[in-house]
Amino acid sequence: MSTKTAGQEFAKGLWDENPVFRQLLGLCPTLAVTNAVINGFAMGMATAFVLIFSSLVVSSIKKLIPSQVRIASYVVIIATFVTVADRFLAAFFPPISKSLGPYVPLIVVNCIILGRQEAFSSKNTVGRSLIDALGMSSGFVLAMLILSAVREILGMGTFLGYQVMGPWFEPWIIMILPPGAFITLGILLALALQIERKTKSRK
Amino acid sequence: MELVAIFVTAILINNFVLRYFLGICPFLGVSKKIDSAISMGLAVTFVMTITAAVSWVINHWILIPFNLDYLQIVSFILVIASLVQLVEMFIRKISPPLYQALGIYLPLITTNCAIFFLALMASLRDYSFLESVIFGVGSGLGFTLAIVLMATIREQLDLADVPEALKGAGIALIVAGIMALAFLGFSGMMK
Repeated sequence: MSTKTAGQEFAKGLWDENPVFRQLLGLCPTLAVTNAVINGFAMGMATAFVLIFSSLVVSSIKKLIPSQVRIASYVVIIATFVTVADRFLAAFFPPISKSLGPYVPLIVVNCIILGRQEAFSSKNTVGRSLIDALGMSSGFVLAMLILSAVREILGMGTFLGYQVMGPWFEPWIIMILPPGAFITLGILLALALQIERKTKSRK
Repeated sequence: MELVAIFVTAILINNFVLRYFLGICPFLGVSKKIDSAISMGLAVTFVMTITAAVSWVINHWILIPFNLDYLQIVSFILVIASLVQLVEMFIRKISPPLYQALGIYLPLITTNCAIFFLALMASLRDYSFLESVIFGVGSGLGFTLAIVLMATIREQLDLADVPEALKGAGIALIVAGIMALAFLGFSGMMK
């Protein structure tokens, strides 16, 4: 049982235990769909939806699931919500669904979601699991926004499709290609670690 | 010719790790030693090949004839999870030394998104049975190539003077970025 207050439970997902920057979870979608802010944001929201609802279901039926088959049960629950998210995007936002392509179904194997079920929802009350899922999702969306903003601004000179750099700016095409994703995330991780070390040493 | 194209494209041009960002977790986690990188790569290749075959059968014999294609996500993930379990038991019976060598990496393959992506991609591209299997082998070998190259670089990296904050995952990602850059050069190879 976690002894944190509700506020702390939420805030830990944003920084202390940020799934991307601190726990290095869910890196596949993080790298793959952050070539434009709109894609990163849509992916973040879809993942948030699946995480929040899976946490709700898992924490409410945790007593009914035998521990031997718990992973398989979590996967089926997660896969159900992913199917819902996939169909929803395809029905209401066809262009986004097209550009995310097979990465939407891939949310099933996103380790953030399974990790939270195993580490948190299966041991805590429904309310706490909801707060935890909200915090973790916000942390994930935040990381997606930062990464995709850096890549879109440098790679195309735009933000959400609007021109932000002047006409003098020569876009760094490499930033929206695969190598740019790896290098940007590597530098952001180093930056996050550096900030953490600075705040630690000040304490 | 078509099959050769699928095979080469899967290994070099559309490399699962460096182009589609799949299997990043084992790619970063198991690439510290060359030996374990090779074992991991081969285990993934093995599971990928079987997954490609089995998921094709399920997709074309069950899901499509009964109009159940919305169940793809759920059924593929269940196939992969049970397949990995089966392969694990099979290897333990047939070849205990190989089982020892693969160790914990085998169960971890279930959560490797590359396998799941392979099943989805083969169905999305409407591959025939043979094409799916070739695609599976090629993608697995591509993964092996990437992880082994990464391990060779990281063994050298241990001796290098890396800035404190970049140590670990940071520098590994930047190295992967440079490798991805090199692999982009292959994209002109196939029309």
